[in-house]
Amino acid sequence: MTFNIIVLAKQVPDTRNVGKDAMKADGTVNRAALPAIFNPEDLNALEQALEIKDQYPGSKITVLTMGPGRAADILREGLFRGADDGVLLTDRAFAGADTLATSYALSMAIRKIGNFDIIISGRQAIDGDTAQVGPQVAEKLGIPQVTYAEEILNIGDGKVRVKRRLENGVEIVESPLPAVVTVNGTARPCRPRNAKLLQKYKHAKTITERQNENIDYIDIYSSRPYLNLTEWSVVDVNADVQQCGLSGSPTKVKKIENVVFQAKESKRLTDNDYDIEELIKELIENHMIG
Amino acid sequence: MNNVFVYLEIDEGVVADVSLELLTKGRSLANQLGCKLEAIAAGDKLDSIEKQVFPYGVDVLHVFYDSRLSPYTTLPHTSILVNLFKQEKPQICLMGATIIGRDLGPRVSSALGSGLTADCTSLEIGNHEEKKLGKVYENLLYQIRPAFGGNIVAWIVNPDHRPQMATVREGVMKKEIYDPNYKGEIVEHAVSDYVKDTDFVVSIIDRHIEKSKINIKNSPIIVSGGYGVGSKENFQLLYDLADLLGAEVGASRAAVDAGFAEHERQIGQTGVTVHPKVYIACGISGQIQHIAGMQDSSLIISINNDPNAPINSIADYVITGEIEKVIPKMIKYYKKNSK
Ligand SMILES: Cc1cc2nc3c(=O)[nH]c(=O)nc-3n(C[C@H](O)[C@H](O)[C@H](O)COP(=O)(O)OP(=O)(O)OC[C@H]3O[C@@H](n4cnc5c(N)ncnc54)[C@H](O)[C@@H]3O)c2cc1C
Ligand SMILES: Nc1ncnc2c1ncn2[C@@H]1O[C@H](COP(=O)(O)O)[C@@H](O)[C@H]1O
Repeated sequence: MTFNIIVLAKQVPDTRNVGKDAMKADGTVNRAALPAIFNPEDLNALEQALEIKDQYPGSKITVLTMGPGRAADILREGLFRGADDGVLLTDRAFAGADTLATSYALSMAIRKIGNFDIIISGRQAIDGDTAQVGPQVAEKLGIPQVTYAEEILNIGDGKVRVKRRLENGVEIVESPLPAVVTVNGTARPCRPRNAKLLQKYKHAKTITERQNENIDYIDIYSSRPYLNLTEWSVVDVNADVQQCGLSGSPTKVKKIENVVFQAKESKRLTDNDYDIEELIKELIENHMIG
Repeated sequence: MNNVFVYLEIDEGVVADVSLELLTKGRSLANQLGCKLEAIAAGDKLDSIEKQVFPYGVDVLHVFYDSRLSPYTTLPHTSILVNLFKQEKPQICLMGATIIGRDLGPRVSSALGSGLTADCTSLEIGNHEEKKLGKVYENLLYQIRPAFGGNIVAWIVNPDHRPQMATVREGVMKKEIYDPNYKGEIVEHAVSDYVKDTDFVVSIIDRHIEKSKINIKNSPIIVSGGYGVGSKENFQLLYDLADLLGAEVGASRAAVDAGFAEHERQIGQTGVTVHPKVYIACGISGQIQHIAGMQDSSLIISINNDPNAPINSIADYVITGEIEKVIPKMIKYYKKNSK
């Protein structure tokens, strides 16, 4: 038994390490000041895919990402960690996509890939924290979804059994395949399978990267086809431009504000006994405590 | 037609707090828009739902009764909402930003091609001008939410697509009875008109739900600890003070990540939002994501050895010192001065 697995992975700015210089004077975010990383929960998703492949050798993992040209990094990282193939969906027409336009574009690319048993995505991307793209892709493809997955327990016989992490418990569900499974950050972390893959795929490039970097080792790229990273445009996936990018996005950003908190006039106290006792007395008197 | 809809989360016949909070918000939006508030109940054990929700000002309660609809699974609940919305054409649909709401909302929005904004912290009605088109949209829903790890706040609108969908976390909106005697209309629907048998292909094999014993959301006093508390052992000081004051213990994410406190105690953007009477922040620096979950506390006391900790700027009282020293003194003087 083998499975064709598609992993959805996004390149995101590392919003967990936002320094002072990440905000511009006009209150907008300076994306350039933030390192671009593999969305953390997408690594948990990749791990679940790799575990299926460990168990069923010969299974094939394709990493699919939509983003600008530099998002090819995500494909290389996926290959280093044990994926078999990568597809970069990139086109100016995809720019400014909200989750709905993103899921439309991804679903068209998935249709083009065609032969899949399971799609595994992260629960949410840390740049938006929306957790919408996975379920929206599932709906666009007309297949079931299992969200908040912590572990794929079992796959086979046209079914997948998944443990889900709920607010206050766990649930085990079984879904027919194909299905979309979105994976939580509480799932197992991603372990690279073989350090040699780093050497193997170091020079894997998209055609645009080869052109931009003036790499013309044509022989290498023709004798080692695995070094060619697939790059698809709107036209390649037969997408309707109207449903992509900004024009395909029902949500619009009206404005962005910097977060400012109303500073209060605060009463300053020391840690000496007198200050603390006075504070406690005041709180009791005002019926705040006691 | 064109009313405000709220999807009700129901567990064992009880409507979740987050849904009641959204009804309160939905009622005020409906009043502003001059339209009705409608609610959707799908599941089993629905006998007392109307008693629970009418006092929140629900004009129409849509009931979908079928034992297969509980516990929740994605596809049948999606079909109910999608088909109901095709008939009713709501202008707004609100759901909890819960495991269920965040599973259901995107699926419904994708099927209807309408926009969805997750985790809103504020919802308002207002106009919107598309300068390029020279067009003014009246009475849109402003869906206001933190973005980019909480470093900015974005105002989102959906000019052309309906319903305007939003999810909101529990505790963000206030739950308030609108009129204890309010009576709406009940509309019972035939589930088979909305749901196909093939929607039940995903089955729940097993389920373990534990009722949480920690209830920081409704506690009037919260003693909250951060990374500066230093250790799980030191957190005991916070529990001692909390026991004395009848308070709950909260925590920052850094404290939770360090294993000082349970995840359910986390306060902030990715934790619980609280509005207590008194919030005592012990060894918490006050990053945006933490403040987002507690800034509406009536009285804030900060205990921090750094006089310039950001949290101090929103605190009513700032005690500069080590928590190891300050908290035992608070305990001592509370015992001395309270009868
Ligand atoms: C997307 C995202 C979501 C997040 N969500 C949340 C969230 O929901 N909740 C949350 O809390 N955080 C959240 N964070 C993390 C947040 O940015 C901060 O990292 C976190 O709140 C810091 O916790 P802290 O104040 O306890 O720790 P620190 O920032 O390390 O502060 C420790 C404080 O303790 C003081 N201190 C040290 N020793 C002592 C002592 N002996 N006595 C008194 N004071 C002392 C120090 O001066 C300092 O001010 C989120 C971050 C991201 C990116
Ligand atoms: N541009 C993208 N390319 C590939 N996968 C994506 C993209 N955007 C979102 N995803 C996937 O969808 C998940 C949820 O994203 P989001 O709805 O943005 O929080 C992510 O964890 C990814 O697995």
